[in-house]
Amino acid sequence: MAVVELQLSPLPAHVRTARLVVVAAARRAGLDDERVDELRLALGEACSRAVGLHRLHAPDQPVLVTVQDDAGRLTVVVTDCGPAAGPVPDDVAGDLLEGDAEEDDDVVAPDVALAVVTGLVDDVTVEPGPGGTTVTMRWPLAARQPGTVL
Amino acid sequence: MDLSLSTRTEGDRTVVVVGGEIDVYTAPKLREQLIDLVSSGQYHLVVDMEGVEFLDSTGLGVLVGGLKRVRAHEGSLRLVCTQERILKIFRITGLTKVFPIHGSVEEAVAATD
Repeated sequence: MAVVELQLSPLPAHVRTARLVVVAAARRAGLDDERVDELRLALGEACSRAVGLHRLHAPDQPVLVTVQDDAGRLTVVVTDCGPAAGPVPDDVAGDLLEGDAEEDDDVVAPDVALAVVTGLVDDVTVEPGPGGTTVTMRWPLAARQPGTVL
Repeated sequence: MDLSLSTRTEGDRTVVVVGGEIDVYTAPKLREQLIDLVSSGQYHLVVDMEGVEFLDSTGLGVLVGGLKRVRAHEGSLRLVCTQERILKIFRITGLTKVFPIHGSVEEAVAATD
């Protein structure tokens, strides 16, 4: 069962909202500080990517974020309705440096965000589909003290 | 925390002090600042990131955009950063090879390579 479920309108400001909520849920689930930093960045990347794609392709659809805490692990899933994700690039720096300076560089290619997610998180799966892409990230949780109420 | 920006001149360098979070929401402000500096003829920039709490790939994109703009005028863009969690994203993306990254503003301002 999802502990936390978010539906984000595709606005850049809500990426921060998602980071704050998911980090709070992860802390409560007992994720250690180093992994919380990792999650904050990875979730931010996955959500920025999804929000950017929705703004272009599905402005009326929400981006879905769920957090689950069971069987000693935390699972965070970001689901978008954009075009299916392509392969993660090998040379991210090269990708970023391509093109001239007058281009709109606020919009980082969605595959760059995915490259950061897959570079950061050990246990991550990216499932591209016809209706969008699902990014699933998992982190192990330390054993909870007996009697702790989630 | 929101993004904070301030600039000062040190010799022929312009130091941009950035604080707070650079993400998809705030990165456009940093982008405007870098464009304004280059438009006003300041081509040797030092971006002090010691006060940055969060940086994502959108922020990286803006820094890379700034680098391209100053390079078009034979300028330079140096970063000051010692925070491990910020440096990590530069390593993952291979951008440590693209940006000179310094341990202090003094070091960055003095650098000539």
